[in-house]
Amino acid sequence: MGRMTELPTKGGFSFDLCTRNDMLLKNGLQMPPFRKTGTTIVGLVFQDGVVLGADTRATEGPIVADKNCEKIHFMAPNIYCCGAGTAADTEAVTDMVSSQLQLHRYATGRESRVVTALTLLKSHLFSYQGHVSAALVLGGFDVTGPHLHTVYPHGSTDTLPFATMGSGSLAAMSVFESKYREGLTREEGIELVAEAICAGIFNDLGSGSNVDVCVITEGKTEYLRNYQLPNPRTYISSKGYTFVKGQTEVLSTKITSIQPKVEAVEGGDAMEE
Amino acid sequence: MDLDLSAPHSTGTTIIGVTYNGGVVLGADSRTSTGMYVANRASDKITELTDNVYVCRSGSAADTQVISDYVRYFLHQHTIQLGQPATVKVAANLVRLLSYQNKNMLQAGVIVGGWDKYEGGQIYSVPLGGTILRQPFSIGGSGSSYLYGFFDQAWKEDMTHEEAEQLVVKAASLAMARDGASGGVVRTVTINAEGVTRKFYGGDTLPLWHDELEPTNSLLDLLSSSVPEPMST
Repeated sequence: MGRMTELPTKGGFSFDLCTRNDMLLKNGLQMPPFRKTGTTIVGLVFQDGVVLGADTRATEGPIVADKNCEKIHFMAPNIYCCGAGTAADTEAVTDMVSSQLQLHRYATGRESRVVTALTLLKSHLFSYQGHVSAALVLGGFDVTGPHLHTVYPHGSTDTLPFATMGSGSLAAMSVFESKYREGLTREEGIELVAEAICAGIFNDLGSGSNVDVCVITEGKTEYLRNYQLPNPRTYISSKGYTFVKGQTEVLSTKITSIQPKVEAVEGGDAMEE
Repeated sequence: MDLDLSAPHSTGTTIIGVTYNGGVVLGADSRTSTGMYVANRASDKITELTDNVYVCRSGSAADTQVISDYVRYFLHQHTIQLGQPATVKVAANLVRLLSYQNKNMLQAGVIVGGWDKYEGGQIYSVPLGGTILRQPFSIGGSGSSYLYGFFDQAWKEDMTHEEAEQLVVKAASLAMARDGASGGVVRTVTINAEGVTRKFYGGDTLPLWHDELEPTNSLLDLLSSSVPEPMST
């Protein structure tokens, strides 16, 4: 049998280990859960720009992995993006597009436009056919005005005056559908966003902790990290939480030394080129 | 009840394209669903390819958006190279080539409609496998199942613009009443020698059919209204 010629490596994922994983699952192995941003993320357009909002809980299955993570990612000074889905995917894809946008700014000499970010995100996600699990709310203010878009893992996009994504999206959308109207002021917009995120925090198990808000208007962006903290820690131990050396009782001690196994060989073959 | 928010976006949809004497009228509903959740209740499924050719999209939202973007790009180049507006046939053919050559990976059923100076108003249907078929009128999407009989009866050659528009709006609202995956508002686009006109038909402007309720702010209002007369033989 002749040797197969080397095929050039194709890009994309390699699914070779899937059969091995299936075998392991059949033998009773528990797959470790992904860290997901369970999440409630929202965005709305108001009279002077856009307001984005997000909760701050990151989950690994039923466990809260991070109580105060940042889900509103920087894309450009005038464009921010909230991310729901697999945390690694949202981080990676927003970082990547943010870098691409910066290179584009250097090449064109102009401020980035939201539609540019949108096209870069949607073409990347479409080419991975939904396997990059990133659901995003992209918002910004550029020369053409305020823009708000949602991007789905399969690569489709929607352009809307108000949007919600993530496991808490239904709770947040109910708030928006009742109270949103065109021409909101800045204060009203922030209040409505905070209310929608709180609806997700309190009614969705995958969302929780604090409310982050980001307001983008012409020439100015305000990232209001932890705008609301509706879940403060209510019990604090009076004994404190530092554990001084000597506080733990030692019951027994056993020392085992490691036996080194090294054999030195004299001579041997000279290295050949 | 599992809403399945991770299901790919599909335009459940009702899409319609009809020719009339002078051009075409394209119509669509506005519902985009992920599983059982309505992700966008006011989406625009009629997308521009060139000044004189538009496409109604149904099937996977991602697939049809990407196809439209590619075809818009190719047609732009083609128009520059040709030196005059692209014909509807060329636009429809480009859509068909992408759809047919990638049939294993795509889920896209579209209706391409437009006007050019050679053939006037034309409608081309490009359903799931990548067939291309020129028709005097075409229907597509999950809601179209409810419209075959309606069009057999109501369609006629050489309608005026008003008749064609009313036909499209009536058909779309009938399908939206019966198909769960279609709903929202009706959008129409008219393309003729003069150019392109977009129209929007919101909830209260659409006719109500058998057993449909008046849109209200609260269904609790109905409880306080009087009890209807019992039936008598």
